[in-house]
Amino acid sequence: MEFAELIKTPRVDNVVLHRPFYPAVEGTLCLTGHHLILSSRQDNTEELWLLHSNIDAIDKRFVGSLGTIIIKCKDFRIIQLDIPGMEECLNIASSIEALSTLDSITLMYPFFYRPMFEVIEDGWHSFLPEQEFELYSSATSEWRLSYVNKDFAVCASYPPIVTVPKSIDDEALRKVATFRHGGRFPVLSYYHKKNGMVIMRSGQPLTGTNGRRCKEDEKLINATLRAGKRGYIIDTRSLNVAQQARAKGGGFEQEAHYPQWRRIHKSIERYHILQESLIKLVEACNDQTHNMDRWLSKLEASNWLTHIKEILTAACLAAQCIDREGASILIHGTEGTDSTLQVTSLAQIILEPRSRTIRGFEALIEREWLQAGHPFQQRCAQSAYCNTKQKWEAPVFLLFLDCVWQILRQFPCSFEFNENFLIMLFEHAYASQFGTFLGNNESERCKLKLQQKTMSLWSWVNQPGELSQFTNPLFEANNLVIWPSVAPQSLPLWEGI
Amino acid sequence: MEHIRTTKILHHHIASVEKLALTTSGCPLVIQCKNFRTVHFIVPRERDCHDIYNSLLQLSKQGKYEDLYAFSYNPKQNDSERLQGWQLIDLAEEYERMGVPNSHWQLSDANRDYKICETYPRELYVPRIASKPIIVGSSKFRSKGRFPVLSYYHQDKEAAICRCSQPLSGFSARCLEDEHLLQAISKANPVNRYMYVVDTRPKLNAMANRAAGKGYENEDNYSNIRFQFVGIENIHVMRSSLQKLLEVNGTKGLSVNDFYSGLESSGWLRHIKAVMDAAIFLARAITVENASVLVHCSDGWDRTSQVCSLGSLLLDSYYRTIKGFMVLIEKDWISFGHKFSERCGHLDGDPKEVSPVFTQFLECVWHLTEQFPQAFEFSEAFLLQIHEHIHSCQFGNFLGNCQKEREELKLKEKTYSLWPFLLEDQKKYLNPLYSSKSHRFTVLEPNTISFNFKFWRNMYHQFDRTLHPRQSVFNMIMNMNEQNKQLEKDIKDLESKIKQRKNKQTDGILTKELLHSVHPESPTLKTSLCFKEQTLLPVNDALRTIEGSSLADNRYSEYAEEFSKSEPAVVSLEYGVARMTC
Repeated sequence: MEFAELIKTPRVDNVVLHRPFYPAVEGTLCLTGHHLILSSRQDNTEELWLLHSNIDAIDKRFVGSLGTIIIKCKDFRIIQLDIPGMEECLNIASSIEALSTLDSITLMYPFFYRPMFEVIEDGWHSFLPEQEFELYSSATSEWRLSYVNKDFAVCASYPPIVTVPKSIDDEALRKVATFRHGGRFPVLSYYHKKNGMVIMRSGQPLTGTNGRRCKEDEKLINATLRAGKRGYIIDTRSLNVAQQARAKGGGFEQEAHYPQWRRIHKSIERYHILQESLIKLVEACNDQTHNMDRWLSKLEASNWLTHIKEILTAACLAAQCIDREGASILIHGTEGTDSTLQVTSLAQIILEPRSRTIRGFEALIEREWLQAGHPFQQRCAQSAYCNTKQKWEAPVFLLFLDCVWQILRQFPCSFEFNENFLIMLFEHAYASQFGTFLGNNESERCKLKLQQKTMSLWSWVNQPGELSQFTNPLFEANNLVIWPSVAPQSLPLWEGI
Repeated sequence: MEHIRTTKILHHHIASVEKLALTTSGCPLVIQCKNFRTVHFIVPRERDCHDIYNSLLQLSKQGKYEDLYAFSYNPKQNDSERLQGWQLIDLAEEYERMGVPNSHWQLSDANRDYKICETYPRELYVPRIASKPIIVGSSKFRSKGRFPVLSYYHQDKEAAICRCSQPLSGFSARCLEDEHLLQAISKANPVNRYMYVVDTRPKLNAMANRAAGKGYENEDNYSNIRFQFVGIENIHVMRSSLQKLLEVNGTKGLSVNDFYSGLESSGWLRHIKAVMDAAIFLARAITVENASVLVHCSDGWDRTSQVCSLGSLLLDSYYRTIKGFMVLIEKDWISFGHKFSERCGHLDGDPKEVSPVFTQFLECVWHLTEQFPQAFEFSEAFLLQIHEHIHSCQFGNFLGNCQKEREELKLKEKTYSLWPFLLEDQKKYLNPLYSSKSHRFTVLEPNTISFNFKFWRNMYHQFDRTLHPRQSVFNMIMNMNEQNKQLEKDIKDLESKIKQRKNKQTDGILTKELLHSVHPESPTLKTSLCFKEQTLLPVNDALRTIEGSSLADNRYSEYAEEFSKSEPAVVSLEYGVARMTC
């Protein structure tokens, strides 16, 4: 398929661009296969380059022969284009619509993007699991790298290399995988060097209604505990939801079968509830009526900050178990690809000073989100403005970034990166010229040959010139555990987004 | 009683004392303070508790001014120092700075002996063409005799902000002198002939006042005026609004949704926005339309003070300095008779007169400092400190309800002024991001879109330390600035030493070496001073400590409760400010 077929009118003159908080700009609108470009010829600095993949929804309006297209972007921007001529306007609108909803991933911009900069360090190889493993293998010999998932046969959403207890062999892992949702057997997420405690994550156990057991699973989980120690299993669902899951073959660990473990339920919302929350929040933010009460009630109705508080509380609880109680933890929800990752990654930010540096944070995202199989493609296909509701849509990653921002607000000197870094990550997760956030898991990325065909975001970010805009000038390495406050009065709304 | 171990609470700060039901460990006593601190005591014996309760009740409500702390407070200064302190802020000087008297405005001696208006200051500025009979006539037509006078004069635009109280117009009454005075004010503006009359009340309230023989100006009777309501609620609405807000915040285990619905139903932020909107209207009228404005509410000492002072703050960068802010408070609040003693409940009086009008003003200023972080010389700490002292009764400034009352109390002889003490400590209140030279900030144009209004955590939870961010960028920048200054000084010292040596030594080999070792450093140091934020210097570690992460920190206990569901400790203080037994 040629992009040219979709572009009926490649160029229109005298288009007026309106953006909130900016003066209007008049110029020429050009459509290319991946971009919408508006440039005013007088002054070349005023150019708008908008990726089609960033477009969430468009509206058309006509007043006489003057057509207006309102483009709502996934990064919550709203821009308005006034296009003279009814036909041009219709053509442009239908082209944009077609180009922004391409089905095939391989037609996306990352596959066509040619970097204008010299790659100093290939981001695809910046954070290899082996290197990450070396960071703590010096401190402990209880863990090993397993290549059991080499061809993604055991678990489709896991990377080829995972860290597991040394005493468990690959055969046992295969058996455990059949007992866990999506084959996601418990793997190491974080090793706390201070006291040797660990965070593990997995999918829910498939106990079903008749209370199935799996000896290997029990053995694996117990293998992570030292003699006489207790551990905590944090289930990110409420007890009710977890019990209901049994009817569908899922479930939770029976304490009788895991005597050394105590189970805690911390309810975190998922899927469409989060999506609706985001839609309501953005709607409230775009309300121009200047009415105080309406704003507050809308903000409250969106529940966004409630979700933030839930996630932060769960992460603090996990960190507390590790650091204060000296207990290892296993975290899972249903699939172990959403709320589980929010909690494990935030707990690491609280516990581990390295994850508060730029490289450490990148490594965290690579490890806990990309390799751990958070389905970015499904979750970030649409944003707050889209009318067609997909079941898999959810701003899980955005919520995580917001939580990081909340902690950053409370500890402004403990992070090497600044707010812009988080916003940049958010934008690239939804629409990007880089291949990093394409695909739902490592196996899909392999099939797409992303490493060969696209650029990694990290290759671009980690250039010294780019890094400077994301660096927090007040950073001062803080080697301690940071305990954020979770009271509502301490959680403001993130204005940057 | 005043010093219980380490926690000090001034009796004047106590807003309410409450005895709760007896528990196994003792009798709980809850003290709510006017600076939004809440303290829980548990007294083991009920009898003691009752005694403490009674004495606190008596001590926190004084009957006479002379019993207040200010009259016994002694900072070890002699009389001349005290007098100097009182002379620090001179309003005549301030009017001179604004450019009055001039050809249009003059000082009037009509109120020299408080004959026309008891609640106004002695010195008032009025249009030059307004004669004394006109002033007297007008004052008889205004509630409490508060006739229109100058509050702020904008030199460049030659436009003025004037203030007064509501006219006694009823349904049809007129007063020629009053009409004349308003005309004189609009004539004093050579550029624009019409003027705005801003009634800060909601229209409904103003109409209701007409039935009582008061009301608002009829546009038909006054030539060249444009009348406008801005709808700020009265002191009673504000009082209950704050009360609701505090109730919400006092709830234990507050959920996010309850917090926001509580915030909304209290209406507090809506009121703040209304005040802000009115002030912006004022500033626009002057800068955009070049028109003078006359502001009034009912008596012209609450909402009028808020709007006039905030409007001047938007227009004039001088008021955004530490000294200027003191002048502003002195001018629009103290001298024009904002009833501090009644509004803050200094004495045991009518609880219906208490209202957080001044607190709202401070909060509006705080919102401005949030929107324009570079425009203010002072930081949040300054606002909090002032708020602390309007209730503390430690200094004489905020005692009494008007200038006449203050003179009768002989405050200047018997008490001390707050301002010199604040000025002495001004280092604590400096805003490190302040840039005085930036011309962008001559007139502030705040954005009043609703999400710009946030809950002022540092005010209403000042003492709940666990709620605040653990590290302060401000403190860090201040420390760095200090160090830079010190280093710059060191460089100068070293350079001068080099010069001395140069003079002494005729062979220059040693000098050259020294010069080389020192000079490469200085440019980097200088740039770092200009870009306070961007450059980090390697600094002496001993001078810095990492805030907020000490293991002794109490924050951790917050999750502990959810985690183990254990009962809270016997003696607890809201949000863990401190722990004590009695």
